Amino acid sequence: MEDLEIEKGSKLRFAFGNVLSLFILLLIGVLAFSIRLFSVIKYESVIHEFDPYFNYRVTQFLTKNGIYDFWNWFDDRTWYPLGRVIGGTVYPGLTLTAGTLWWILNSLNIPLSVETVCVFTAPIFSAFAAWATYLLTKEVKGTGAGLTAAVLLAMVPSYISRSVAGSYDNEAVAIFALIFTFYLYLKTLNTGSLFYATLNALSYFYMVCSWGGYTFIINLIPMHALLCIVTGRYSSRLYIAYAPLIVLGTLLASLVPVVGFNAVMTSEHFASFLVFIIIHVVALVYYIKGILTPKMFKVAVTLVVSVGMIVCFAMVAVLVALVASSPTKGWSGRSLSLLDPTYASKYIPIIASVSEHQPPTWPSYFMDINVLAFLVPAGIIACFLPLSDASSFVVLYIVTSVYFSGVMVRLMLVLAPAACILSGIALSEAFDVFTRSIKCQLPDLLSDPQPAAGDTASENSAVQNDIVKVDKHSTAQKSDEGLKERPSKKNRKKEKEHVEKVSVKARKEKRLLVLPLETSVIAILLLVLLGAFYVVHCVWAAAEAYSAPSIVLTSHSHDGLHVFDDFREAYAWLSHNTEVDDKVASWWDYGYQTTAMANRTVIVDNNTWNNTHIATVGTAMSSPEKAAWDIFDSLDVKYVLVVFGGLVGYPSDDINKFLWMVRIGGGVFPHIKEPDYLRDGQYRIDSQATPTMLNCLMYKLSYYRFVETDGKGFDRVRRTEIGKKHFKLTHFEEVFTTHHWMVRIYKLKSPKNRIRGKTKKSKLKTSTAAKLKKVDQGKKNPWH
Amino acid sequence: MAKLSSSSSTTSDAKALFQTLRSAYSATPINLKIIDLYVIFAILTALIQVVYMALVGSFPFNSFLSGVLSCVGTAVLAVCLRIQVNKENKEFKDLPPERAFADFVLCNLVLHLVIMNFLG
Repeated sequence: MEDLEIEKGSKLRFAFGNVLSLFILLLIGVLAFSIRLFSVIKYESVIHEFDPYFNYRVTQFLTKNGIYDFWNWFDDRTWYPLGRVIGGTVYPGLTLTAGTLWWILNSLNIPLSVETVCVFTAPIFSAFAAWATYLLTKEVKGTGAGLTAAVLLAMVPSYISRSVAGSYDNEAVAIFALIFTFYLYLKTLNTGSLFYATLNALSYFYMVCSWGGYTFIINLIPMHALLCIVTGRYSSRLYIAYAPLIVLGTLLASLVPVVGFNAVMTSEHFASFLVFIIIHVVALVYYIKGILTPKMFKVAVTLVVSVGMIVCFAMVAVLVALVASSPTKGWSGRSLSLLDPTYASKYIPIIASVSEHQPPTWPSYFMDINVLAFLVPAGIIACFLPLSDASSFVVLYIVTSVYFSGVMVRLMLVLAPAACILSGIALSEAFDVFTRSIKCQLPDLLSDPQPAAGDTASENSAVQNDIVKVDKHSTAQKSDEGLKERPSKKNRKKEKEHVEKVSVKARKEKRLLVLPLETSVIAILLLVLLGAFYVVHCVWAAAEAYSAPSIVLTSHSHDGLHVFDDFREAYAWLSHNTEVDDKVASWWDYGYQTTAMANRTVIVDNNTWNNTHIATVGTAMSSPEKAAWDIFDSLDVKYVLVVFGGLVGYPSDDINKFLWMVRIGGGVFPHIKEPDYLRDGQYRIDSQATPTMLNCLMYKLSYYRFVETDGKGFDRVRRTEIGKKHFKLTHFEEVFTTHHWMVRIYKLKSPKNRIRGKTKKSKLKTSTAAKLKKVDQGKKNPWH
Repeated sequence: MAKLSSSSSTTSDAKALFQTLRSAYSATPINLKIIDLYVIFAILTALIQVVYMALVGSFPFNSFLSGVLSCVGTAVLAVCLRIQVNKENKEFKDLPPERAFADFVLCNLVLHLVIMNFLG
């Protein structure tokens, strides 16, 4: 009778706990979605930054023309005159996801525009990512840790920065795919079910579709499998979790056009094949060990070792020769720059110039993962007691992601889920200990004023036994899943009966930690306070630091809020006042925005796949007016666009980026030398600047008529007066400057119809023309 | 002399080893032996395809990849099935063999769908 009631009581408790967890998860999803909406409230529902504009344009094309045209799309409005094969060079996951969402909503007669769907894709998928984190941490440690980790991930600033409403970039769906793939891998590892292995492969396929960071998964999982084998944790579940994933995963990865045959030919995937072979060898060894006697097994080992070594050496030699024959040892440039952080700055200046690829500073760790930064070591220790396959995986994940986040600040994003998982584990374990201590000692405190009835006396003695012996199996049962249960009297009675039985078992049970009551209460209060600090910081970061759309700028001054909408003003002018086929040249940062918003053909854009083309534009910007006109004319350019922040103090303008243009241009065209633009190693644009600097196109286009604004030409960003103040443009004419002078558009002047007087050929001009290799031998240059 | 005796001892050891292996293997149940036969068949097919590619050249590389990986894939899945169905495996004694076979069929379906798409 008692047992039945106790069982019903525990079932009810479990049901209540499950409903509570479900409700909490729902709230976590709503939290993750709503914390990312600050930019929509403060500005408007607009797409941010640069890369999302390209994704938005691709999604527009997909929704308008359907999937077959999208798959075979050749874009001729960018990288003129080369064009770009969109179908084969874009990671289609994000656009297909948003397109599917739009299509479903529209077929349900909910007429959301493509832009709205694109803007809100990221918050929706961050809610999914929080739920995936719950599932993953539940596999490692249990429901309590899962809920804590989910709530931490919903708010962590590093993830918010790349998934705020309007940030329509690959990471928005890729982080969800990453966490979900890891969850399915751990689920397969824990259960050994082939069904979850299939789901794991499909989720990995979704990750490959979404982001180039899938190489992290295909290298981390083999590393973990190898770790398990080496530490003696090989089991058949590991084989089922690993081998089908590799075969199916490689096939699925080659299906995506961007990856194609790279899935079997580049070094990023070789680790998985190597461990595939190793795990088969290990499986065979274990099988033979199982069917032979130990003596015969020793004989087998000696025989096989001698033969196998020879074969192994031969195969390894062939493989090494194959890999070593390629100059980069088979790795791509981006992967090499991750492994050797100095590689990019030596060989590929474009990768080195992107601000996201710089190493992070120490304060950015605190800004991006805040309190989690010092909860992670506690989580690592909690993973070791006890160590299981899943917890060893999580430890490996955090160690590798910490290394990679130290190389590139952009990869802090991969660190964030790992940090949340481990902090969730640490916090959950801490709460377990404290609430257990309180629960053990609270009845003692409560039942003190009542006189000793028979029950209470035995209860007291039972509880005293708890504290004295400090090792009760039943307390472990009571504090499972981290939920607070009300101790019922019936439970206490059962406990009293089991005291003697348990004390015999007590020696073998683990000693559970019980701390004094006051300490536990204060500790719980402090932990809650810590959580409060974390929440406050996250909300502040989301509202102030990471919600800026970069296409609209605001500043607060004594007379209110100023809005700088210059970029959209310039693009709108371009789209209304130029011909459809006109080509616009600018630095590659603005390529995606120009094609998406102004709908004009550009020369280079943010994809940066062709270094020589970018170097051509960079050389043009660094050359004097005439040489620049020649280069632009050879590319059929009509308009040149520069971004200038000197009037309002906007620091990310083209003059600040100019040295990168010089370096990249100089990397391909040797007549551009960086020291020519520096005075004593310093970059200046004032009167002390070098003549090469004062005569280059970028200087002239930025500062043309600038002296008319305040009479002195004071540049607010560089904080000096400019060097050359009064000059005329001979080969370009200004057609548009935005309200705050932030974007300036110039048109190439057409050559004169008649050439007056004798055509003079001065030696200087022919030498630069010859170096540029664009002069037709017979044609006379009308500008001479 | 010493070398001959050591080599003869190794050959006799090898013979003894093969005898024990053969006797131990013949004790396995017949359903597992069928699965092993299937695995060997798949691996042989993959080897034949690799030899053919070495002779003829790898021009439609996607066809070669999908062919070889389909053989390797079914072999791996059959090994997983064998692991789950083997009665000596303590970890899987709660798993009904029908469920294991259903998982095997599902995974093979996904594998062959991908192969058909990639074959070109």
